[in-house]
Amino acid sequence: MTIQQIEDEIVEEFSLFDSWDDKYEYIIDLGKRLAPLDNKYRIDENKVRGCQSTVWLAAEYKEDGKIYFTADSDAIIVKGLISMLIRVLSGRTPDEIINAPLTFIQRIGMTTHLAQTRSNGLLSMVKQMKNYAVAFKIKNSQLQ
Amino acid sequence: MQVAADLQKGLDVYAIREQFPILKREVKGKPLVYLDNAATSQKPQVVIDALVNYYTNYNANIHRGIHTLAEEATAAFEATRDTIQKFIGAASREEIIFTRGTTEGINLVAYTWGRQNLHAGDEVIISGMEHHSNIVPWQIICEEKKAVLKVIPVDDNGELILEEFKKLLTEKTKIVSVVHVSNALGTVNPVKQIIDAAHAKGAVVMVDGAQSSVHLDINVQEMDCDFFAFSAHKLYGPTGVGALYGKKHILEAMPVFQGGGEMIKEVTFAKTTYNDLPYKYEAGTPNIADVVAFKAALDFMTETGMKKMRDYEHELLAYATEQLEQIEGLKIIGKAREKTSLISFIIDKVHPQDVGILLDNRGIAVRTGHHCAQTLMDRFCIPGTIRASFAIYNTKEEIDALVEGLKKAIKLLV
Ligand SMILES: Cc1ncc(COP(=O)(O)O)c(C=O)c1O
Repeated sequence: MTIQQIEDEIVEEFSLFDSWDDKYEYIIDLGKRLAPLDNKYRIDENKVRGCQSTVWLAAEYKEDGKIYFTADSDAIIVKGLISMLIRVLSGRTPDEIINAPLTFIQRIGMTTHLAQTRSNGLLSMVKQMKNYAVAFKIKNSQLQ
Repeated sequence: MQVAADLQKGLDVYAIREQFPILKREVKGKPLVYLDNAATSQKPQVVIDALVNYYTNYNANIHRGIHTLAEEATAAFEATRDTIQKFIGAASREEIIFTRGTTEGINLVAYTWGRQNLHAGDEVIISGMEHHSNIVPWQIICEEKKAVLKVIPVDDNGELILEEFKKLLTEKTKIVSVVHVSNALGTVNPVKQIIDAAHAKGAVVMVDGAQSSVHLDINVQEMDCDFFAFSAHKLYGPTGVGALYGKKHILEAMPVFQGGGEMIKEVTFAKTTYNDLPYKYEAGTPNIADVVAFKAALDFMTETGMKKMRDYEHELLAYATEQLEQIEGLKIIGKAREKTSLISFIIDKVHPQDVGILLDNRGIAVRTGHHCAQTLMDRFCIPGTIRASFAIYNTKEEIDALVEGLKKAIKLLV
């Protein structure tokens, strides 16, 4: 599936919920089920700024030319949001990540529903993921 | 019945609510439950009307015009000063300086009094429960003057440890700047004792009244503080305006803060002479409209009745404390003997931010995070709390809604 298709899939899933109560319940559930972060990644360099809560985000560039993200947060809703971002962006090439539209955040109503400051936390996570992609891309081009 | 009980207590909360138009709105499809009053309070119609009336009928620049509008605007502006003088029990109107708020008031004192009176090796004492506004200005001036910043420790109940304060207090202490009521814990600090002890050592005392001015009866002369700063927006008034009280002889001796119009007597390129108090510290065109509306807020409070408000707030605090304590895993941070109507708490295994988001989804506004008091959160080894702060328009039904919302949130999150 392409990034676009996964985004559409998430939007579709969210359209099944009638209320924000249900949407939050789903996001919380995603947060609880997010794969745990290896302790070696729990370092200051991996902290993402702009959140009331703490977020750790680690990226690994593997032999297959794709980036794999792992993350954690002490706040569960944020963790659920990260889980969605990982579903969309993890296991993609740097170019795919850089060009990902990520309109699903808006389409599921997240930006309007979460207050500005919290959305900023979400947006800084997205920015951080894209930054990793750019960094790996530059590193690659230097190696070649 | 609830209504009857409230009437008996004196304050008719439903009549009060009628005066605050914003309370009629909905958030996320639910009636707004506004419990973030320590951040800023909502405004009664009389305050909103005062703003509109000013711009509709007598907007003009003050103090310099001789035309009718300028005279009316000046009179309204200066009437607020008189009202503030009475409200905080100052000896004279010259002791009331308009500012942008508490933050600017503290900065004014740090930059003028501090710059003139602090020298290398001198000491400044603040407390371990200060808002960043009462930490950073002192850090800046201490760094500049090579003075030393000392901190009164806080105990597990969220009270200042006065014995430790007395040990910190020495001949080197030049100023003590403390918060009257903590915005993060609700603790009412024994400022009178602090002031008397500091004066005995020859130090001056500044009181951060951002939270106390709305909840306590303030009398700066009885308190005997040298400076007192507060913000209109916390006492049902507009944002962007506040007042700094300073004892006259101290204000007279202090250097000026900002230069510009209004604060001068005569300007030549060779030398400028400064205006008398209080104008000496009010450079430039002030926030006239909001100063005018500030009076409407203070009048609203006096007309509502200070005692009635205090009694009702205490009733809300007692009820909320009792209800919240019944929630499993909930721990109240700040159990001072004397508190204002504010409760900070944490919940086992739950991040405050998640609770804040889920409560907001039910139309309930609380504050989560460090409340601009990061050093205090560090003291309790927590990243932040959930804070519910109550105003005179809050009801017990709203507290019930909070409790219900918390229980639902916990069920989802744990
Ligand atoms: C205790 C305390 N001090 C200072 C301030 C700063 O007030 P303002 O932002 O109105 O200048 C606040 C406001 O949150 C406060 O609660």
